[in-house]
Amino acid sequence: MPEITLIEGLRQAMDEELARDERVFIVGEDVGPRGGVFRATQGLFEKYGAGRVIDSPLAELSIVGVGIGAALYGMRPICEIQFADFIYPALNQIINEAAKICYRSAGEWTVPMVIRAPYGGGIGGGLYHSQSVETLFCHVPGLKVVIPSTPYDAKGLLKSAVRDPNPVLVFEPKKGYRLIKGEVPEGEGELVPLGQARITRQGSDLSVIAYGMMHYYCLQAAEAVARDGIEVEVVDLRTLKPLDKQAILSSIKKTGKVLIVHEDNLTGGFGAEIAAILADEAFTDLDAPIRRLAGPDVPAVPYSHPLQSWFMPDAEKIAAAMRDLAAY
Amino acid sequence: MATTVEEHSTSLRKDDLIEMYWTMLLARRLDERAWVLHRQGRIAFHISGIGHEAAQVGAAFALRRGVDWVVPYYRDLAMILSLGLTPREFALSIMGKKGDPSSGGRQMPSHWSLRRANVVSHSAPVATQTTHAVGIALGIKMTGDDAVAITSIGEGSTAQGEWYEGVNWAAIHHLPVIFLVENNMYAISVRQEQQMAVRHVADKAAGLGLPGVSVDGMDILKVHEAVSEAASRARAGEGPTLVEAKVYRLTPHSSDDDDRSYRSREEVAEWRARDPLDRFAAQLLDQRHLAPEAVAEMDARARQEVDEAIQFAESALYPEVSEGAYPVYAEDIPHA
Ligand SMILES: Cc1ncc(C[n+]2csc(CCOP(=O)(O)OP(=O)(O)O)c2C)c(N)n1
Ligand SMILES: [Mg+2]
Repeated sequence: MPEITLIEGLRQAMDEELARDERVFIVGEDVGPRGGVFRATQGLFEKYGAGRVIDSPLAELSIVGVGIGAALYGMRPICEIQFADFIYPALNQIINEAAKICYRSAGEWTVPMVIRAPYGGGIGGGLYHSQSVETLFCHVPGLKVVIPSTPYDAKGLLKSAVRDPNPVLVFEPKKGYRLIKGEVPEGEGELVPLGQARITRQGSDLSVIAYGMMHYYCLQAAEAVARDGIEVEVVDLRTLKPLDKQAILSSIKKTGKVLIVHEDNLTGGFGAEIAAILADEAFTDLDAPIRRLAGPDVPAVPYSHPLQSWFMPDAEKIAAAMRDLAAY
Repeated sequence: MATTVEEHSTSLRKDDLIEMYWTMLLARRLDERAWVLHRQGRIAFHISGIGHEAAQVGAAFALRRGVDWVVPYYRDLAMILSLGLTPREFALSIMGKKGDPSSGGRQMPSHWSLRRANVVSHSAPVATQTTHAVGIALGIKMTGDDAVAITSIGEGSTAQGEWYEGVNWAAIHHLPVIFLVENNMYAISVRQEQQMAVRHVADKAAGLGLPGVSVDGMDILKVHEAVSEAASRARAGEGPTLVEAKVYRLTPHSSDDDDRSYRSREEVAEWRARDPLDRFAAQLLDQRHLAPEAVAEMDARARQEVDEAIQFAESALYPEVSEGAYPVYAEDIPHA
């Protein structure tokens, strides 16, 4: 099986979906001849033409709003927001429109669309090219939120997102675009269903729940603490909304301890929701306090290297938190 | 000088003209009844289209109804009636009853949706619908379908960035879409001069690279002609058009508004004298398309239809409380 990068998995997913269904099209800034600023859509303009790989005006709200209109008409748009940090101008369309159209029309209208955006820090992107925005959207009924952390999942989840009849946000860990490699079968790829977490490492001492780039670091940290005899079970959420509660609950039942890791800042982050669910539904399974390791509560990731390192959770910080919790 | 029927819109036959008048009349009587129901405490909200009927019916009759796509805004009762909404359905919607076709009782009244007529669901935040019409037009172009999209909006709402983003996009890609602006000079209490530095909303088109026309929106035939031309351009692949219809809102903004604080009674009275319903009736009488007895008979029939629709809706059921839980996602639709 060939080994590919995470971004290549995304590119293959879009290529295959464009080939499969002529209603599918891509729209966003620089997605055409440039192939996207990260080159996620490289080669697709040449293959499918300007009619299906559309360079939009530099106006995020219209990328999403026009995508919604096309979806209402029966098309299957894949909207690219160049960086998650620039999704805010489109919030009105995502939250007031895409998320609510099915409910407000009693199911007369649905919005089958994908919004892709690179997210996360660790690449020297400073405040405005590093943000994690997933939790904002997890709060909104009507949306689905997907974050892959492997090339296989990136491909399979994006393909499922394109076929999903709802608005799906796919946040892509940009630091992992080329750093994270993995085996993906050649040819027409398999679908990875939305809403299913995956246990990526078995363990009995404690559970770690993560997604995206943090999942990658959690696996590294789990290897490190295994050398000290601490066996960590790693849960990759893959889809944050709808959340695979069962996967989390059964892992905690097994280990009795849980650490939740995300690079989004702590307060009101997705970890808070998981912690609340566990406090409510896994209280008697817990042998230790629920722990969260997250970005600090500052406005965003600073640029200067030491400041960025201070902000970002990494394998070392995660390993320390794992050891601490294991010792409780 | 009065506009004669012959001068305009040669595509309209006598039957069309009478149907247009009937639709305006029905909209007016329904709208008036909604105000009464609100004052009686029988409905929670009403937002009125009185004064806008000529613009709306004129525009709707310029479309291929059922083929073209419509992304309206809250004032468009007469437009949506033109497209096939029934008085009973409107009555269900103002009372939040089961069977309201726009939302099953979820949305406030006059937040339209009528899938069978290609009327797309819209929300309350103004101008969000503009990009949807552009996306629909993009879909029409991509599939090569023979349809056009039209979206309506108030003049105040064209101050929103969303509106500019949508119109800009349509102009770039020559999309088959019509931007209809119902300019009633006020956004609630704020006058047009506080919304834009140009005299006509149509003037904005020049800066965005599409044609803009401004017409007397109290004259149904002028609006019909302008929108017909815009639709022909769109169908011929010539791209979008901005059509501004100058109208006047003869009522307060909504059932929660009191317009005495921001406009004089004299001003309202002056515009009431130019009521588009009376004006069209006068034209039809003048051209002998209708006899005075026929006008009276139509009015009696409209009032009767409204009575019947309200009675029907009053005895209709509310949605089951359990229906409030869906459909959040498309997967829920079979349960809804
Ligand atoms: C984004 C947003 N801001 C404020 C409002 C409240 N509001 C509803 S209608 C309206 C005035 C709209 O005026 P205009 O666009 O001229 O349309 P008209 O009501 O006059 O037909 C306002 C301020 C809203 N619905 N949406
Ligand atoms: Mg207005």
